[in-house]
Amino acid sequence: MEKLIQMTDIRKEYKMGDEIVCANDGVTLDIDKGEFVAIVGKSGSGKSTLMNIIGALDVPTSGKYLLGGKDVGKLSDNQLADIRNKMIGFVFQQYNLLPRMNLLENVELPLLYAHVSNHEREKRAMEALEKVGLAEKAKQMPNQLSGGQQQRVSIARALAANPSLILADEPTGALDSKTSRQVLDFFKKIHEEGNTVIMITHDNAIALEAKRVIRIADGKINFDGSSEEYAAIV
Amino acid sequence: MLQSFKLAIKSIIANKMRSFLTMLGLIIGVSAVVILVSVMMGYMNNMIKSFMDMGANTITVNLVNMPSRQASVDQMYDFFNEHRDVFSEMTPQVSVSGTIKVGSEKTTTTTVTGVSEYYGKLKNYKLEKGRFLSYADMVSRQKVVVIGYYVASKLFGSPKAAIGETVKINGSAFTVVGVVQRQDKTQLSARGSDDFAFMPYSTAGQLNGTSVPDYYIFATVNTQVSNQAVELLKDFLKTIYTQKETYFVQSMSQMLGEINTQLALMSTIIGAIAGISLLVAGVGVMNIMLVSVTERTREIGIRKALGARRGVILQQFVIEALVTSTLGGSLGIVLGCIASPTIGRFMNISSPANLNAVIISFSVSVAIGLIFGYMPAMRAASLNPIDALRSE
Repeated sequence: MEKLIQMTDIRKEYKMGDEIVCANDGVTLDIDKGEFVAIVGKSGSGKSTLMNIIGALDVPTSGKYLLGGKDVGKLSDNQLADIRNKMIGFVFQQYNLLPRMNLLENVELPLLYAHVSNHEREKRAMEALEKVGLAEKAKQMPNQLSGGQQQRVSIARALAANPSLILADEPTGALDSKTSRQVLDFFKKIHEEGNTVIMITHDNAIALEAKRVIRIADGKINFDGSSEEYAAIV
Repeated sequence: MLQSFKLAIKSIIANKMRSFLTMLGLIIGVSAVVILVSVMMGYMNNMIKSFMDMGANTITVNLVNMPSRQASVDQMYDFFNEHRDVFSEMTPQVSVSGTIKVGSEKTTTTTVTGVSEYYGKLKNYKLEKGRFLSYADMVSRQKVVVIGYYVASKLFGSPKAAIGETVKINGSAFTVVGVVQRQDKTQLSARGSDDFAFMPYSTAGQLNGTSVPDYYIFATVNTQVSNQAVELLKDFLKTIYTQKETYFVQSMSQMLGEINTQLALMSTIIGAIAGISLLVAGVGVMNIMLVSVTERTREIGIRKALGARRGVILQQFVIEALVTSTLGGSLGIVLGCIASPTIGRFMNISSPANLNAVIISFSVSVAIGLIFGYMPAMRAASLNPIDALRSE
């Protein structure tokens, strides 16, 4: 399998007043193309920091991170923006749709930043909306939709630019159990279509929906295995 | 780019009240500049015009007469006749108490002056009826008077009826020999430009008991020679009066130049004061843009997470500030262009919107958008996406 993510001894330190806090303390991790991985951990475990680094929102203090063969640790702000734009599709807990734009415009946004032409942009955004079954609501505003629907729009937005990696941060955190189920099934479907999905969660039950589970505690990986193996220890 | 414009307009519409209040500062600032400068320029032009009406080629002479040193009218005439190549007209002016009576009941108070036979030509008056004063009237101290259209209408009903009639000025009987054409086409009123009467200076002197006039008006053949004419007059008067303090010669073009300099300075000061209000408006734009950036921190975070480069965010906010200030500036110009002539009409002057003021105030408001929008936009562009996403 082709490697999408190669992390070697990643460390991330924050200054909090006079103290230096180590959020990631030597994380080494490989993720292949086409995997469906859950990164699980309690709050304060360092999983958010790891997600930020994986998502090219942040750079590690030390260690090496290759995303699709590119060394992300050495890139400038604008280069990181381009990486996020072309390689990563984010799905957030709070959906994070722009409230003043309709669904179509929201989904078009990453394509806009990738300088895709007007016509092509609309076409691809509509295709993405069709995939999540919301094409007929394209002209509606986000606040006219339920939470589950909004999350589906944000998945469509993540898919629109056809990224190498879908990175979901607590994607079901704000949803009830029934809608959570739908969203999770959706991620499974996307994975089956060949997309690489990484899901960050604090909930073991949700983590078990993935194929592979990585558990973080105190900034270190303390479990990495298949969901069946993980099921056995929790 | 186009997208940024769309976004800016959307954001302005979404915050109608706030955008309007931000623009209001600019609207007031820009329109203040346009109105103040335009009205000032209108006032200036009006003033220049009224000076021109008085004759840009005229020179006024004030004399302080003493028993030992005085210039008689005859001396002045001789001087004038000697220099006909420079001077075209000349008249003394002698003020007479201005109550005119017809019979015993009809009375009017007006400006009555004793003048020479050149007065009509100097003032550019045309006759409605009758004749002007003549040299013979001067010599023989004729009790004749030429009256303005208003005086004729008030006392006799019409100019035609006035000719040959007798009026009493200061108790002496005068014959009306001429009526001057109507000057002011729009209104006929007391103290207007048709309310006057003039008689021979010699007669006026006799009436007043003063034989030597102390005020003269000279007209030069053209404006080019006015400096030369002033020098000639000064040289001549020096021989009679010897002391500089006792004769004053001033040409209208000199006065006009001085007035122009003063007014230009004044309009610059007023423009600068109005400009300060534009600066204050700029601070308002910056304030609102900073609020807007803070409010939309999360949006900026989302955009950055989706791959917006710094420049794109910067552009979005700069354009928003630019659209706000340009819109405000344009509205201010519209207001200024409407208000300037209207205010001018109330002041009885013509003051169309001044093009320079429009161009400058518009450019300044655009520049304000750029300068004061840049700082908040910079702040937005350099936000860390992680922190920005976390903000509520």
